[in-house]
Amino acid sequence: MRIGLFATCLGDTLFPDAVRATAVLLARLGHEVVFPPGQTCCGQMHINTGYQREPVPLVRDFAEQFGDASIEAVVMPSGSCAGSVRHQHATVADRYGDAALRAGVATVAAKTYELSELLVDVLGVGAYFPHRVTYHPTCHSLRMLRVGDRPLRLLRAVDSIDLVELPGADSCCGFGGTFALKNAGTSTAMLHDKLAGIATTGAEVCTAGDSSCLMHIGGGLSRIRSGTRTLHLARILAATRATPDALTEATAV
Amino acid sequence: MSTFLGMPARPPRSPYGTGNLRGDEPFPRAAHQELGNAQLRRNLGRATTTIRAKRLNATGELPDWEALREAGSAIKTDALNRLPELLEQLERKVTEHGGTVHWARDGAEANEIVTRLVRATGSGEVIKVKSMATQEIGLNEHLEAAGITPYETDLAELIVQLAHDRPSHILVPAIHRNRDEIRQIFLDRIPGVDPELDNVPAHLAAAARAYLREKFMTAKVAVSGANFGVAETGTLAVVESEGNGRMCLTLPETLITVMGIEKVLPRYRDLEVFLQLLPRSSTGERMNPYTSLWTGVTPGDGPQDFHLVLLDNGRTAALADTVGRAALNCIRCSACLNVCPVYERTGGHAYGSTYPGPIGAVLTPQLAGMDAAADDPNSSLPYASSLCGACFDACPVKIDIPSLLVELRHQHTEQTGTTAEKLAMKAAAAVMKRPTLYAGAQKAAGLGRALAGRDGTISRLPPPFGGWSDSRDTAAPPRQTFRAWYASAEGRATLRAAADEHDRGPDEHTPDQGEGGMRRRDGEHAPGQGEGGTE
Ligand code: SF4
Repeated sequence: MRIGLFATCLGDTLFPDAVRATAVLLARLGHEVVFPPGQTCCGQMHINTGYQREPVPLVRDFAEQFGDASIEAVVMPSGSCAGSVRHQHATVADRYGDAALRAGVATVAAKTYELSELLVDVLGVGAYFPHRVTYHPTCHSLRMLRVGDRPLRLLRAVDSIDLVELPGADSCCGFGGTFALKNAGTSTAMLHDKLAGIATTGAEVCTAGDSSCLMHIGGGLSRIRSGTRTLHLARILAATRATPDALTEATAV
Repeated sequence: MSTFLGMPARPPRSPYGTGNLRGDEPFPRAAHQELGNAQLRRNLGRATTTIRAKRLNATGELPDWEALREAGSAIKTDALNRLPELLEQLERKVTEHGGTVHWARDGAEANEIVTRLVRATGSGEVIKVKSMATQEIGLNEHLEAAGITPYETDLAELIVQLAHDRPSHILVPAIHRNRDEIRQIFLDRIPGVDPELDNVPAHLAAAARAYLREKFMTAKVAVSGANFGVAETGTLAVVESEGNGRMCLTLPETLITVMGIEKVLPRYRDLEVFLQLLPRSSTGERMNPYTSLWTGVTPGDGPQDFHLVLLDNGRTAALADTVGRAALNCIRCSACLNVCPVYERTGGHAYGSTYPGPIGAVLTPQLAGMDAAADDPNSSLPYASSLCGACFDACPVKIDIPSLLVELRHQHTEQTGTTAEKLAMKAAAAVMKRPTLYAGAQKAAGLGRALAGRDGTISRLPPPFGGWSDSRDTAAPPRQTFRAWYASAEGRATLRAAADEHDRGPDEHTPDQGEGGMRRRDGEHAPGQGEGGTE
């Protein structure tokens, strides 16, 4: 299958390891990974902060970059960006776009997947990761995309993994994009409860399908000098016996 | 004589400076104080966790819960679409049954109408059924200023009133208090209370009962709200747990009901849907203990003088807005508050309005506006959410609160003039739509490595990111972006090696399904609980 990879602005710039793992994983599964070079950002930050005019060109670019009919599926290692593409791009296109944009957005949205959705619903995967791991279901994956237990199904299928349940898993970690800046105090309070939950699991790694939430959780873990690290789901799924280096390469944050 | 041309004027919002639909300071500042209150956090955390679990039980045992939510949403939407017609029908029916209907444009008008009606009875006090509408318009304060003493009879409202506090939750107004605090409030404020009173719930309830009984037996006038008003029959409904409401609704000679105009339901049989949705969503009970229905006046039974005050106070304005119209579906069950992680940490006072929590963050700016001054506290409310979506999953009438918040944020930024944030957003969009500029910006971001300490993390960031780095470290930006890696010889080689691995053999990495056709994702299914729980 020819799969278009959307790196997401955060993934491309700050967390390339997760995007790299996504690309390697798909290639290893026998698929052709294409990276349309004109891609940048899905515009979610703008939309969620209250700006819908500004991201119109971003929405249009996205539809153009991935609109090519030879691209059978679009994948991204981020539930919130996939949520934005699938649900919010239509809002922007309805308000400020023309018929062509609305059609383009709808076409791309229909073939857009968050990584675990693509792997479970379309592809299937095998991996080896002999560590104690806990999974945080990020809100946008959980409620906007309804990925359900797909990431857990993938993790359970990973060879030698010790998967432990995270108490209060489905409560928000407090990231919320600019929410973490605009309401830093409340965001911190939510983060601290999440960190306390992680602490009870004794996990070496806390994983999730969004680098943004992991940036927030990982930043908190680092600040309290916790032994637990964060690792994007893609990196665990991409780990094999031949490449057992994902954990050692894991950034502390 | 002037000729009317064009569109009718936009209906007014709740006027500035009246009622309780606007706090004194923006949400982050108001929240700051509450966040520092460890007792409050504990009280709230315990209470919301308990109610959440109860609600999941109560909704989970109904096989047709999702269908009920659909029905509830459809009935409310229908009612709001024909609001004028239904309200006139309600007025006709109430009048036919011996009641009197009053129309109040805003809180000030409603307060005056109620005050006038109470004065006409010659009574200097009223007993009250818990009511959001009268909270919203500040009726108690108004009555007191007019020399009339209001007595709240709902236990939690009574606690709040005695403590000269404000409610913190739409269903459990004293949710932020624990037993010990309540005991102290009773000892301080209830005349003649037993000084040996302990903190056993039954004893606390008994103390309140003794105090309230006397009011029930002597009061001549009661003021209530209404959960529903049925247009078809002119029937009003109050749903409650304690029975205090029923005492107020049956014992006094005069009953004055203040009802927000969005509470009207078309048909009597619609109650079937809402009497299932409401208690299960709010208290996690199958059925609330007391459901009182009354239709006008029944000679020789119950209040002989009944007045219904229909309150607008910004509702028509909300109806004229897509966000507002969706928000008016709310039946005030409080499920969204109980699951909200922001509410759980800050409590209700931080929202500055009678309506706190997720729905309050939508409804309050709709009813009272958020457009006056740039620092209007209401304009901070749409941002008081991480958009986690738990509220949408919980709402029994399927209000998509996160989308409404995003929409309100957009309305807000469209109304404000040029701000630093707006300039930054414009600049960011300008860079992001040009891949070459974007790659340049990524390089510049890479310079952030200079900020990192020896452990590769950044612990202090410059404004406006200070709030971030107060509690979180940040990883130093990596040396190489993904796009640079992808374009590099190393990237190409790695991907080729991975593809070769696939070609070599399926033994270790067998895909579950081949490439033959994509399976449809079972994506767009109805929201429900527990789909994404942990293993
Ligand atoms: S918005 Fe929905 S969940 Fe929240 S109080 Fe209203 S009806 Fe209940």
